[in-house]
Amino acid sequence: MACNSTGCESGCYDREKDNGSKIVEDAVVTQESVCVKCKCNEPMTFGDGGSEDGRFCAECFRNNVFGKFRLAVTSHAMITPSDNVLVAFSGGSSSRVALQFVHELQIKALKNYEASRDRSLPVFGVGVAFVDETAAFPALSTEMIDAIEWIRSTVSSLSPPAKGLHVVPIESVFGSDSLDPRDRLVKLLDSVPDDTGKEDLLLHLKMLSLQKVASENGYNRLVVGSCTSRIASHVLTATVKGRGYSLSADIQHVDARWKVPIVLPLRDCVRQEITRLCLLDGLKTVELACRSQSGINDLVSSFVALLQEENPSRECTIVRTAAKLTPFYFNKIPETDDSNVPMATQRRLKRFNLKYDGSMTTEAFCPICNGPQNRSDSSELDYFEEGQESDALYAACCSSCRFQILPQDGSSREQFGSFLPDHMISQVKHQKVNSQAYLREKIKDCLLLDDEEVV
Amino acid sequence: MEAKSKKSGATRLCCLCNLRRPVLKRPKTLQQICRECFYEVFEEEIHQVIVQNRLFKSGERVAIGASGGKDSTVLAYVLSELNRRHNYGLDLFLLSIDEGITGYRDDSLETVKRNEVQYGLPLQIVSYKDLYGWTMDDIVKMIGLKNNCTFCGVFRRQALDRGAALLKVDKLVTGHNADDIAETVLLNILRGDIARLSRCTSITTGEDGPIPRCKPFKYTYEKEIVMYAYFKKLDYFSTECIYSPNAYRGFAREFIKDLERLRPRAILDIIKSGEDFRIATTTKMPEQGTCERCGYISSQKWCKACVLLEGLNRGLPKMGIGRPRGVNGDHKKETKKPGPAVKSIESKQCGSLDF
Repeated sequence: MACNSTGCESGCYDREKDNGSKIVEDAVVTQESVCVKCKCNEPMTFGDGGSEDGRFCAECFRNNVFGKFRLAVTSHAMITPSDNVLVAFSGGSSSRVALQFVHELQIKALKNYEASRDRSLPVFGVGVAFVDETAAFPALSTEMIDAIEWIRSTVSSLSPPAKGLHVVPIESVFGSDSLDPRDRLVKLLDSVPDDTGKEDLLLHLKMLSLQKVASENGYNRLVVGSCTSRIASHVLTATVKGRGYSLSADIQHVDARWKVPIVLPLRDCVRQEITRLCLLDGLKTVELACRSQSGINDLVSSFVALLQEENPSRECTIVRTAAKLTPFYFNKIPETDDSNVPMATQRRLKRFNLKYDGSMTTEAFCPICNGPQNRSDSSELDYFEEGQESDALYAACCSSCRFQILPQDGSSREQFGSFLPDHMISQVKHQKVNSQAYLREKIKDCLLLDDEEVV
Repeated sequence: MEAKSKKSGATRLCCLCNLRRPVLKRPKTLQQICRECFYEVFEEEIHQVIVQNRLFKSGERVAIGASGGKDSTVLAYVLSELNRRHNYGLDLFLLSIDEGITGYRDDSLETVKRNEVQYGLPLQIVSYKDLYGWTMDDIVKMIGLKNNCTFCGVFRRQALDRGAALLKVDKLVTGHNADDIAETVLLNILRGDIARLSRCTSITTGEDGPIPRCKPFKYTYEKEIVMYAYFKKLDYFSTECIYSPNAYRGFAREFIKDLERLRPRAILDIIKSGEDFRIATTTKMPEQGTCERCGYISSQKWCKACVLLEGLNRGLPKMGIGRPRGVNGDHKKETKKPGPAVKSIESKQCGSLDF
């Protein structure tokens, strides 16, 4: 849950009380200069015009934010002793906090390991990945080089324990044997007619490149620092792009659709807390110009900012509403070879039903955005012609990607398909195999009724 | 759904009939088409919505919620036209609600009375004064300009049902258009109302209540309705309700207007998302009973209208607004209490052009 107002001591305070929950205001209403939680220390004032300023002392504030992080990690079994965790680091404040917190967890685990007699619980491994988007934004190459330098020094300062840094050029999604990956990336992006579609395609490619570096380097978890605020924007952009069905897959704490499951330990923290924490702890961040948005994504960000002005807890309410949507079977940590997993962990995972059974693959996924598709949408899979790869691509994609990412006419689409990373194309073939027609072929000899049997 | 690329400056033709000169760009698809094709495609799409969603049965008596605004005027016009053209076999009526707003409702009622003559549809008017003993003018005098939309919306819903009962109709149709429904989807997300979110995209609602209602304009863009009314020179009343400026819905409306400019199909995409949201059917839906005071459908002991009325009559304007207290007691699972404007998704909300 994004923000349980009754217990929430962060910035989420619903002035209008329009969500019906009771706000337990502390008994003292007057301006006291003592932390409302511990009642001893002097409260911090950030002076940033945000809500809940001057109520908590530095320590209680930090403990609260870290507490939410740790609760998310333990209750969703995000990081267990035998895991090898890759932290996606963009240089921004959320991923900086995520990196810092994961580091602190690792230090604690190391301390416990060294203090324990039997050394039964190993310390999980941590790596850091940064996606270098210079190929997509050539004008930013100097900025990118400086950023990477800074990231290198930041990561090396976070040891012990030492963490590997992987700087991943985004064009690496095309694989090492691709002819001119940078050029291919530019051609791919240029063939997308819609600005928002271009931006979204780049995001999907980023995720693919992170997945690639994670699986090639033996990581089994990918930590992404998405906070409540980002998720609130995502809820609205998904709604506005017709992606209501797949929305619940994107906003849970765990997303195990991917080869390397993604976990979101900062999902319950709002951006204001994260920014304040960076200020408090002197965590430096870098804002890259390529982060700016255009089109629909930008419009939604501005809209959310406007709503936040009107009511600072709006982001929390949006995420809380979306959290009531039914998640998918893959929104849990997957079943794996348990031989490396300590018994205690196995027991906890089983007891809280935190693992999903990977054999339940009943969803079709869009090859571009990996969104699960409503059965009624994908019924068109049955009707395409054999051999026409571009039509297969069209048929396999969700309606949102079809509109905003795929070029409109057949020949441009074919060309576009040739630029796509192989991984996405193989998804198309995989779905082709699962189509209804193919299945019917296999059992045709046992069917008693005609072709036109209604399913 | 593509905008025809601008070729050399040669005289373009309507891209649907290729005969006449295009006079407009279709808001939904940006196609450049002539007037006749616009009428045709506009009317045909609505006909398809009616047929594919099986909104009516032959022989049904149907009341059109008529405010005199553009949506209900166009609805009355198109529905009677399609009824004739495709032989739906419906008995159509106009049903209008007089909330008692001087300088607004009394003017729009004149429009409806003219519509009665122009379209040849019998008109029934039901007033808040008769039903409840209060006009909106009285109510606003008492409670001010915050939460007034809540009263109006709740009262109107019941008033429409009472009017429908007087006319002895089988169904009620309202002019809610795609923009309205998209706004409602967004509003329900913003306000945390998952129960409403699951119902608000249904084209037909209230099948288990006193009178089912449907929205033939569910996929029709507001801009196209305005365009149709403009070109057909239909008679309608176009001012915003004088009491509505503070409605929260305004946020969603502004956003959708900006969105439409960037990507016209986004309005339909929002509706599609709303239809596709995975909401468990076991999500707590209100249990349906009847109001002890007036017998109207209600999920609580007293229906909302009675609670609000009681508050007004007792001089307690906050009764029924905000958290539960008073008549209905302490309900632990009281549904989210929105502020102004979003009380009833079935009746037209304030802040729209024609109420």
